[in-house]
Amino acid sequence: MVGSETTYTPIAMPKRKWEVHPGRNKFYCNGRIMMARSTSVFYFTVGLIVITMGLFFGFDCPYLAENLTPAIPIVAILLFLFVMATLLRTAFSDPGVIPRATPDEAADIEKQIEVPNPNNPTYRPPPRVKEVIINGQTVKLKYCFTCKIFRPPRASHCSICDNCVERFDHHCPWVGNCVGKRNYRYFYMFILSLAFLCVFVFACVITHLILRTNEAGSFLDAIKQTPASIIEILLCFFSVWSVLALTGFHSYLTASNLTTNEDIKGSWSSKRGENNYNPYSYGSICKNCCGVLCGPTHASLMDRRGVVVPEIVTPDSTTGSGQPSPQNYGATTFTEPREPDEMNDTKEDNSKTNLTLVTTVDSNNIDAVCNETIAATSQPTSPIVNEMTPVSQTSLVFPTVNHLPVVVGGETEENNRNNVMHPLSPPPPGAHPPVRPFVKHSISQEMDTLEEDSAMGLVKLSTV
Amino acid sequence: MLSQPGTEFNMASSHHPQNQVLDNIPRQVTSKVFIQRDYSEGSGVKFITKFPTDLEGKIEHSTFQDTIEKLNSMFAEAEEVGSRSHCEGCLACLTGYTIFLCLPTHYQKCLKRIARFVQEQNDTIYVPRGLMITDPMERGLRVIEINILRQDT
Repeated sequence: MVGSETTYTPIAMPKRKWEVHPGRNKFYCNGRIMMARSTSVFYFTVGLIVITMGLFFGFDCPYLAENLTPAIPIVAILLFLFVMATLLRTAFSDPGVIPRATPDEAADIEKQIEVPNPNNPTYRPPPRVKEVIINGQTVKLKYCFTCKIFRPPRASHCSICDNCVERFDHHCPWVGNCVGKRNYRYFYMFILSLAFLCVFVFACVITHLILRTNEAGSFLDAIKQTPASIIEILLCFFSVWSVLALTGFHSYLTASNLTTNEDIKGSWSSKRGENNYNPYSYGSICKNCCGVLCGPTHASLMDRRGVVVPEIVTPDSTTGSGQPSPQNYGATTFTEPREPDEMNDTKEDNSKTNLTLVTTVDSNNIDAVCNETIAATSQPTSPIVNEMTPVSQTSLVFPTVNHLPVVVGGETEENNRNNVMHPLSPPPPGAHPPVRPFVKHSISQEMDTLEEDSAMGLVKLSTV
Repeated sequence: MLSQPGTEFNMASSHHPQNQVLDNIPRQVTSKVFIQRDYSEGSGVKFITKFPTDLEGKIEHSTFQDTIEKLNSMFAEAEEVGSRSHCEGCLACLTGYTIFLCLPTHYQKCLKRIARFVQEQNDTIYVPRGLMITDPMERGLRVIEINILRQDT
């Protein structure tokens, strides 16, 4: 939103869209490369693979090529190149980010779900959920308060990158990017080829050591001749199990056309009901694999290198039609497009979003009366909880009561559902601590977990 | 639909090739109509063909529906899972996905065709009627935005 004038002065250097991207991403090569904000674990992954393969090519390959077959280094090089190509492809590409809605679009959605009679005290705003029927299954499309859209089916908001990602699988710190619609096949090929590479290197190094032992007479002498082999064996031994397990898991997901996100949430698990099945499945294992791995290559929706078109929105138009008063709908404030330097400093707008969070809760389930109390006391935790707990007990209908998570020590597994991480992941450097409402850090995560399910939000609140 | 009497959208400032023909014609966008996605058949790109009430009297129902249906069929072609996409996928996989660095994908070719189609529809049908379609790709395939223009006479 530009200032109050309807004319503008020409900008000397037109900005590209990646420069004004509101999510928490890093861009390189003038927007060609896109990654998550924290990439240190990715460099660790690359380092681990490159060092292991360097040692293998330096210490084992010459001996094996001479004494066994020259095919070993050739196969190793091909596998290594494939692993690196798929790893870089996964890490550097757009996972399928859905660009946030323009202010006009958001205002249009607001109009469609506008409160018909906000003055009626008994009126409660409906939950922002659209329902569609896909292949006979009812799918709920949830409204994303950050992106101002109803998320398409299978899309989810990544709390680490702060983007809605299509066919969101998980956020993988090892590859330093989200895994979604556009890079899942690269990711799958990466872990599959990495599993092959691990097993291959492990087998080769063991063969090398056995041959050396036979030649030198004792195992200790053999190790003295190739000390690097022991390091490789250790690295391979510890990584091969996790990589194999992960490959197996993702092979199952691919064969049944599921995402990690859906699998963890159990969205289509038969435990939820007899008639619960995955509506996206093509019906057979073979078709699912082809569809997931060889389907059409979707284009990036972000147009990262496109030039930003200055669109002039006068203040009257936004306040007039786009922004209902906070009494009606608290969470409809349009965030200003962030400046790039502001993007680096997420802490600064914490206080601002804290308030938005409060109103989000309100718009989901609490009357306007409660809203005022909350808005007035935005920082202290306990009064809010005291205010809200009775509400949750008396007057609210829980839509998904049978799926309420088990609450352990005030934190729930389900609360982190958007934050689906690699099952074997270390805590990523940029990751937020477990979600707690009304704590000052981890902004959008809170917003998203709250909007995910109003019932979840209240369970969380009552356990603080 | 929303009405924004003050919103001025200067086409000359646009850098999109789609709007090149319309450059030098400063027009005012009085309001915008959004055609939402239709997810009833899955997450494929498909837009609702229902005629929006705000366009009543501005364009014939059949013309509008033809345009949206044609767009839907073009997206369906781009997203088709078949032998063509399988060949492309396998070939790309064999080259370690490096082939995409130099060859455009089937999807990208389809998107170019769609952009041309939108441009052509604008030139022949929509702009003379005081409307203008925005290429859905420019809105991240979330919506088809139809601008209602105020003709300067």
